[in-house]
Amino acid sequence: MIRLEKRAQPSKVWTYATPLLAVVLTMLAGGLLFAALGKDPVLAIRTIFYEPLFGQHASFYLPQLLVKAAPLVLIAIGLSLGFRAGIWNIGAEGQYIIGALCGAGVGLAFYPTESVLIFPLMVIAGGLGGWAWAMIPAILKTRFGTNEILVSLMLVYVAEKLLIGMSLGLMKNPEGFGFPGSRNLAHYPSATSWIDQSLGLHWGVAAALIAVIAAYILLTRHMLGFNIRLAGQAPRAARFSGVNPNRLVVFCLGTSGALAGLAGLFEVAGPTGSVTDSFNVGYGFTAIIVAFLGRLHPVGILLAALLMSLTYIGGGIAQSQSELQLPAAAIQLFQGMLLFFLLATDLLTNYRLRLTRGATA
Amino acid sequence: MSELFAAHGLRKAYPGVIANDDVSFSIDTGEIHALLGENGAGKSTLVKMIYGLVKPDAGTMTLLNAPYAPPEPRAARGSGVAMVFQHFSLFDALTVAENVSLGMENPPAASKLAQRITDVSEDYGLPLDPHRTVGDLSAGERQRVEIIRCLLQDPRLLIMDEPTSVLTPQEVEILFATLEKLRAEGTSILYISHKLEEIRALCDRATILRLGKVVGHANPREKSAAELAEMMVGTALHRPERELSPPGEVALEVANLTLQPANPFGTALRDVSLSLRKGEVLGIGGVAGNGQDELLAALSGEALCAADEVKLHGQPIGRLAPPARRKLGLLSAPEERLGHAAAPDMSLTENALLSANLRKHLSRRGFINWGAARRYAEEVIEAFDVRTPGPHVAARALSGGNLQKFVIGREIEQAPEVLVVNQPTWGVDASAAAAIRQAILDLAAEGCAVVAISQDLDELMEISSRFAALNGGRLSEPVPVDDSLTMERIGLMMGGAHDMEVAHNHPSQVPA
Amino acid sequence: MDLSAINPVLLLASLMVAATPILLGGIGELVVEKSGVLNLGVEGMMITGAIAGFAATIETGSPALGFLIAAVAGAALSMLFALLTQYALANQVASGLALTLFGLGLSSLMGQGYVGLKPPSTPKLDIPLLSDIPFLGPVLFQHDPMVYIGIAIVAATWATLKYSRVGLVLRAVGENHDAAHALGYKVRLVRCAAIGFGGAMAGLGGAYLSLVRVPQWTEGMTAGAGWIALALVVFASWKPWRVMVGAYLFGGITVLQLNLQAAGVKIPVEYLSMSPYIITIIVLVIMSSGRGKAALGAPASMGRIFHATG
Repeated sequence: MIRLEKRAQPSKVWTYATPLLAVVLTMLAGGLLFAALGKDPVLAIRTIFYEPLFGQHASFYLPQLLVKAAPLVLIAIGLSLGFRAGIWNIGAEGQYIIGALCGAGVGLAFYPTESVLIFPLMVIAGGLGGWAWAMIPAILKTRFGTNEILVSLMLVYVAEKLLIGMSLGLMKNPEGFGFPGSRNLAHYPSATSWIDQSLGLHWGVAAALIAVIAAYILLTRHMLGFNIRLAGQAPRAARFSGVNPNRLVVFCLGTSGALAGLAGLFEVAGPTGSVTDSFNVGYGFTAIIVAFLGRLHPVGILLAALLMSLTYIGGGIAQSQSELQLPAAAIQLFQGMLLFFLLATDLLTNYRLRLTRGATA
Repeated sequence: MSELFAAHGLRKAYPGVIANDDVSFSIDTGEIHALLGENGAGKSTLVKMIYGLVKPDAGTMTLLNAPYAPPEPRAARGSGVAMVFQHFSLFDALTVAENVSLGMENPPAASKLAQRITDVSEDYGLPLDPHRTVGDLSAGERQRVEIIRCLLQDPRLLIMDEPTSVLTPQEVEILFATLEKLRAEGTSILYISHKLEEIRALCDRATILRLGKVVGHANPREKSAAELAEMMVGTALHRPERELSPPGEVALEVANLTLQPANPFGTALRDVSLSLRKGEVLGIGGVAGNGQDELLAALSGEALCAADEVKLHGQPIGRLAPPARRKLGLLSAPEERLGHAAAPDMSLTENALLSANLRKHLSRRGFINWGAARRYAEEVIEAFDVRTPGPHVAARALSGGNLQKFVIGREIEQAPEVLVVNQPTWGVDASAAAAIRQAILDLAAEGCAVVAISQDLDELMEISSRFAALNGGRLSEPVPVDDSLTMERIGLMMGGAHDMEVAHNHPSQVPA
Repeated sequence: MDLSAINPVLLLASLMVAATPILLGGIGELVVEKSGVLNLGVEGMMITGAIAGFAATIETGSPALGFLIAAVAGAALSMLFALLTQYALANQVASGLALTLFGLGLSSLMGQGYVGLKPPSTPKLDIPLLSDIPFLGPVLFQHDPMVYIGIAIVAATWATLKYSRVGLVLRAVGENHDAAHALGYKVRLVRCAAIGFGGAMAGLGGAYLSLVRVPQWTEGMTAGAGWIALALVVFASWKPWRVMVGAYLFGGITVLQLNLQAAGVKIPVEYLSMSPYIITIIVLVIMSSGRGKAALGAPASMGRIFHATG
């Protein structure tokens, strides 16, 4: 029989080791999955994890790694603040869309004027858009006690409908021959977020790095970060300490919304270029996995986002490669499995497994 | 009398602590047997083994001379062993009848059960309405639910874990009459307590536990309370010394404070008024759940009220949050150590920061000075003799007594002008409790005004200069603690028998 | 716009059909929450049920077997959640989200070969006599069996929770798991059973979408129905019959919105189709601002991790 014993203190070793263990377990289970699909598991795993980094086309894939990791980092950093405080924003996908719509809206409104002020204005609009969208669940929670999980999630669907409406209506490219979707902002010099496309550098990458550093300082050095951690671990102790739970809800949801909005704006003004009905690819949800995989720690999130980005790119290669033709859904499942294994192995951080021999007494 | 139950060499070890070691004792039929010991002596583990919640590592038990090893509580109940828990095993949102039904093996149909509850409860002088929701009952009534649940199964052995800690003196008398009636009918009772006077009044024999071992058996009627205490603690206890200083000017004033509770089963504060001078200790007694938590919250700032319902040095502070009140010198220490006064998974350094940030200047413009926070935690550890490897240790790793010394010390070392504590020595071993009481008295001697909320009347008599009681959210008029303050009077201040009628004058109808 | 194009009989009849998936998902989640567990994975279990039921029906030709397989698939997936939360003691919110993400991936992988197929239709019950009643007949008595099974499940759940021993133990475990444990009840076992029931119900609800309501398989076809089922439980303040009322209200809105689209109302489709989600939010706000009494329905141990010491 296995018995669980609560540790007096969370284990330091396992805090760092469980994400690695989860990755290894996911590779094993993923291998089994691929084998079950009739694919060569070793080749599949190698294609996903090795090819983009060290394969013959690595120089092409490496910039992609940054491009895909940047929005994940931005969103996950914001989510991690709330998750630490027990505030569950799972509607980042919606805030991401609204940020993109607001930012792109500003850019498109100025078209074709050229000015150095346009892009900063778009950034502000994107951040504000995501922030405002997140303020809806925040205000409903603080005013009425409405569950933020359900509200933020419902707003994802609303945002998706709005996105469709915009790409078919207001933001549709007048010179687009009737196709849905807006003008391409990446081709509009004053509005693009690209710094150097060949290196995979855009302002979102820079913003992601800044977010990591800022979140690190906030969580380890600042009272606000301390209060966030306190509220998540012991809500009554936080109230005793003097933390105002409502202000925390507004801060955490607002920050994560703004960061998701920024991520959306950087994405729409660079890598995707235009507002279309299929502009969003689920970064807002994948970022939840990233946040947990990174242990809600800024540096961990950076690494987890790179790993997740790798599975996207590697998965893409495996999809197109003729010997594999791995379905896209397999990668999605792979990512879901990762979160499962992480949550399961988390047990080792707070509990000790003890084998007891037979039944006592 | 014949032997009903016996334990032989019971042992139970948890990682790092041996809860019970070679424990042997026996209970006779129709006997009230006391199990006496300090917090942490291993009483709870022992009764959990008897009730089938925990399996012993070694040793055997017998019931009516037959081997007895219940794999689960159900089996224990089936053998005629019933238990009334210290922290009630009740379900707030369910009715009395549903609660009783859950504790029975083969409950009768709902309507029949309700009738039996009414019958049995009246027979034993513990009237109870089976259709009421348990969450709305007083602590004394809730205990009745547990007792009735046990009695309906005609137990041979009834285990009672610290039953009087939630009762007023008058309610204790009713309970004792019930227990004596049960004894007369031949039921055995294992009575767990650390209250010596009670045991001397009620019990036939006593088994004394210390640090997991039986240190002696005694006839409590033949021993003095002091002798029993010495067996229990091992050494003669140091009694706190009280240095009376003349009370100074008024420090804290509460006027007509009325406050709705934060949770649906909480108690509303009604028209609470008090005034407290520097150097005074105001003891506030009362049965649990009569507004203690709410009063602490209203004073600490966790619950806000109208501005001038609470005044500190004449300044209205009712609308101020905890940090602002701390700045003005009003500090507090809540009852629940883990999760309220301290964050269990955070280190002592972080827990020091939790309430001492402002007064000890542990951060500047929001940026934390971790060095200063650690030094402050070390200062508290040093001053209050907190046994811990260091300030990096998580709060939950400390024993109850050590953590309590830390959270009380954390406030006292900030030199408060007014200190509010709730249950300062709850679940703490005797030596730590004595140290904490002494620290409170020393603080008062230095001119701090202290509000001590506690359910331990002995403690309040020891440290308070004035006494008041909370009953249904109302606070009685505070009176000086002197010889005129009898237990009888205290009991009445606490609400007497809480209008729970006594039915002991009925002749018994239950066959023994 | 031509509102007269909306046939009230068809509208009401399709309301019952539109309500059934969330009714099933909601009643399952209600039982799970009553046992003190918050499973946010309803969406994932629902969509897994949708594809499992769809595939089984295509392969066997029997919708009945399809529904059965869907229930099994939902329950099987929910056991992953039970394993995580009851045995590995993982955070329930995170585990529920994981279940949803996993279910979405799993379903789209399973559904690779089934896009665009049409399932054999589920036969409708024509209840003799009753179905001939004008107006009421077609509205109430000419549906497929699942509509009635759903209602029966609600009734059974209500009766079980209110009158049976099992129901009492379930409520007790959800109310105070420590006390239930102290009395000797098997908290984990009760919770795993409740989670399994919730999974089976979500699976059925999903299959109803892919086999009857739509009926075909498309990726992500549940489109938030699982989340709406979760909201339904809050709306119902944890009372079974109110789940049904909520499901019908919600089904009504969905159907009305579709009818308005069909009738050519001058609001673009995208905006009309937002309405179910916005109305869910509004309902949640109204329910939560009513606080106090409604909050009493919530099981006190919900979401808390249970670990028996000793």
